[in-house]
Amino acid sequence: MTIGLGHYLAVAATLFTLGILGIFLNRKNVIVILMSIELILLAVNINLVAFSSFLHDIVGQIFALLVLTVAAAEAAIGLAVLVVYFRNRGSIAVEDINMMKG
Amino acid sequence: MIFPALFFYLFSAVLIGSGVMVIASRNPVHSVLFLILAFVNASGLFVLLGAEFLAMILIVVYVGAVAVLFLFVIMMLDVDFAELREGFLEYLPFGLLIGGVFLAELIAVAIGWAINPNLSSVAGSPIPANISNTEAIGLVLYTKYIHYFQIAGLVLLVAMIGAIVLTLRHKVNVKRQSIPVQNARGKATAMDVRQVASGQGLRESDAAEWVK
Repeated sequence: MTIGLGHYLAVAATLFTLGILGIFLNRKNVIVILMSIELILLAVNINLVAFSSFLHDIVGQIFALLVLTVAAAEAAIGLAVLVVYFRNRGSIAVEDINMMKG
Repeated sequence: MIFPALFFYLFSAVLIGSGVMVIASRNPVHSVLFLILAFVNASGLFVLLGAEFLAMILIVVYVGAVAVLFLFVIMMLDVDFAELREGFLEYLPFGLLIGGVFLAELIAVAIGWAINPNLSSVAGSPIPANISNTEAIGLVLYTKYIHYFQIAGLVLLVAMIGAIVLTLRHKVNVKRQSIPVQNARGKATAMDVRQVASGQGLRESDAAEWVK
């Protein structure tokens, strides 16, 4: 009953799939789409840390730290765009974002 | 040792369960709270993997900053979230198809791929055995990967400035303090000497002119 690398990769793959599924299911709610992106980045981080631990290489954890930085920046910018969009249109539905449709 | 395996299954089960609830929950506030639960359990997995520093950073950054940011935005936006849920079942078959394809691909990769057992001998920066995880990260992060570290700081700076620039707005009809205008006021513009006729006092016709 020892836990190997494959177990962690399976958890990360499931979480990644959940994130993809969340983007497709909540086509209207931008906030849930942003949270799904956070889930995807978390799955990537689990992969990096699992490989780092099982290959005895610290670089994976460094990269996980950088992914964490990018995820935080992405959340901040995404929510700022969302606030500006809500001020202009009074809605956050993705379907209403069609003003630039040629 | 059965406890690491038990904790692995506990953390993984709660992580995946809360991941499902993030995308399936009706109320976005519940989604954020389940996201927090998912991150706490992921940090438990990190502790099991021996990455204690990243586990604590995950809690500090995500639970302390990102999740609270999400909660603030949900609180500020007055949105009818029930209306946003309408298309959920409509997209379910398509979403399940896409998710199934992704999962099948990932499983195919995981099955058809094996790690070279000699790979750990070519590690770029092997984990030292006798120092803590935080110290090991610091020894590599501030020397070998210092440029990546600084670029990460630049990314955060750009994100901060971008978020401020996007959300800053100046309302037109709000009175604000203008220090140059205040400093430019002198005797000529601020004072006015009037000759008031003796014994007559202030007249109504003057009052409108005096109050500028």
